[in-house]
Amino acid sequence: MAQVSLRKVVKRFDDTEAVRGIDLDIADKEFVVLVGPSGCGKSTTLRMIAGLEDISAGEIAVDGEVVNDVPPKDRDMAMVFQNYALYPHMTVYENMSFGLRLKRYPKAEIARRVQEAARILDITELLDRKPRQLSGGQRQRVAMGRAIVRNPKVFLFDEPLSNLDAKLRVQMRTEIKRVHQKVRTTTVYVTHDQVEAMTLADRVVVMNRGKIEQIGAPNDLYHAPRTRFVAGFIGSPAMNFIPCRLEEADGGLRVRLTDDIVLPVPQGSVARYKPHVGREGITFGLRPEHLTEAKPNGDKHLGYIDAVLEVTEPLGMETLVFFRIKGIDVCARVSPNAGAREGVRMRLAASLDNMHLIDDATGAVL
Amino acid sequence: MADAAVAMGDVPRTKTRYGSMSRDRKWALRWSYFFLVVFAIFFLTPPVYMLITSLKTSAEISAATNPWWVYHPTLANYIELLTSSQYLTFFRNSALVSIIVVTITMLISVPAAFALSRMRFWGSATLATGVFLTYLVPETLLFLPLFKMFAVFRDWTDIELINRWWVLLLLYPTLTVPFCTWIMIGYFASIPKELDEAALMDGANYRQILTRVFIPVALPGLIAATIFAFTVSWAQFLYPLAFTTSASQLVLPVGIVTSLIKGDVFNWGQIMTGALLGAAPPLIIYAFLMDYYIAGLTAGATKG
Repeated sequence: MAQVSLRKVVKRFDDTEAVRGIDLDIADKEFVVLVGPSGCGKSTTLRMIAGLEDISAGEIAVDGEVVNDVPPKDRDMAMVFQNYALYPHMTVYENMSFGLRLKRYPKAEIARRVQEAARILDITELLDRKPRQLSGGQRQRVAMGRAIVRNPKVFLFDEPLSNLDAKLRVQMRTEIKRVHQKVRTTTVYVTHDQVEAMTLADRVVVMNRGKIEQIGAPNDLYHAPRTRFVAGFIGSPAMNFIPCRLEEADGGLRVRLTDDIVLPVPQGSVARYKPHVGREGITFGLRPEHLTEAKPNGDKHLGYIDAVLEVTEPLGMETLVFFRIKGIDVCARVSPNAGAREGVRMRLAASLDNMHLIDDATGAVL
Repeated sequence: MADAAVAMGDVPRTKTRYGSMSRDRKWALRWSYFFLVVFAIFFLTPPVYMLITSLKTSAEISAATNPWWVYHPTLANYIELLTSSQYLTFFRNSALVSIIVVTITMLISVPAAFALSRMRFWGSATLATGVFLTYLVPETLLFLPLFKMFAVFRDWTDIELINRWWVLLLLYPTLTVPFCTWIMIGYFASIPKELDEAALMDGANYRQILTRVFIPVALPGLIAATIFAFTVSWAQFLYPLAFTTSASQLVLPVGIVTSLIKGDVFNWGQIMTGALLGAAPPLIIYAFLMDYYIAGLTAGATKG
């Protein structure tokens, strides 16, 4: 049980800065996910928390105590690695008990803890096997078991599901969440998969180029991204971005995408966007799920786009359709019964309550 | 397959060529057998000849009979050698030197390899290359300067290093340590980085990572290095020839040559017997550890 805080933490490798001064407070029992594209510094940050990388500048504290110079073995953290990193010459039992044996715990206590962890993870019958006799998912469980038995202050996960196939990944994701609900240990989890981040986290930390773009609950990141990067990174398929102009009309505001496509800004957002009327360099952002086939009895809050579909991707429960505005690919999600076909002209309704405007110069969401 | 061919019986058939792959394989196998047999004959003839000669009396060896056949087999050479205290002294010296050298080598090269491959420190890469380069200097180039050094050492300290069997314990590691360190560096390098990080997180210090993770995981490599060190120490000829002279200080390879060749009289029967008996220990060790040895030399070729 522990709080972890990072203050202006920097990591330099030779002349490149992998992590460029990040601040982060992780509460006791919280599940925090660091997410971002590869090379964004998320793994480095995790490894600095673990003590496997030196900190170039700044401070990392656990329960208020600075641990910059504390070696990993004394930080009382457990880590699950992407490739599991099980000791190949030890059985599952020996793998899980290794840390406890190093600390000379009594045999009975070790046995009790291993049995307990094995029961939680449903690997009791595997305890006598060697890692090479296990499947990927089983190895992943053992790696988690090795972390659980130590009952550490903090769990660290470094892309633990990346080596599993898609189906198993979903299964193990649920498993990790279930284990966290049972064990309730402060957890820092690194992934490049935004779905994993959204489903697991109490709070998600979106990182990009060594900096934190935004910290927030999964739904906050989805509905109120603060930067274009977060808006584009969270959500799948990604948000559509189209350069636009903001115009004043009939006491309200309108977003002009092209000469023909003009969308009304909902009354609720007029005050927020008013200062930006007529400005250059503004981008309109709308998620595909907020752009769907127009119903016959149209709602006046909606804006309409007439599109000639170029590509359609039926997914069963819905169909993704792609068309172009000013040469930019735009994606919309329509009902499978909407009759979407390549080359068909379709009227799409944009739910503008969910629109975003982005300042191109700063990348900030207005 | 056959049924299908019958069913299509009325279709005009073209003769299909099956198994070009296996034909290819057949020829490859024939050539392999041919060269392996040539190879085996070439390398097994000397030991077989030694065995034949060792079973002959001196009279039969010098007689103009078929040298590839024993007409009056005798174990006299074996009995004589194994009851001669001199030969047993050589054997004991060799065994003692080899076992201690192997121990010293492992105690130095395993921690050295671990440090060079895992504990990144300033100059570690250069040092690793340096270790290997020392292996490339032949002992034929070194024994004269070493001799000189030992003489100077005696002048300074009054400690005599020449003609002492234990001085070989200082000399042999110069041959075994660099190569064994190099083998172990390669082997340790094939162990994924996450494994030591996992051990670090589990609370292990570097010594525990070495003894409880690296050595067990790298056991095949360790055995390969051990065999190498043993073979080198057991068979080393030049250094003991140069640095030891008294019969009581000699090791087997030199002992056989110096004690069984008296002037221009070659006691061939006993020389062959002695050499054959001397070849036995490495042979026995190979036989038991061959699988490990091969696994060790090909480590990292595939992911385990």
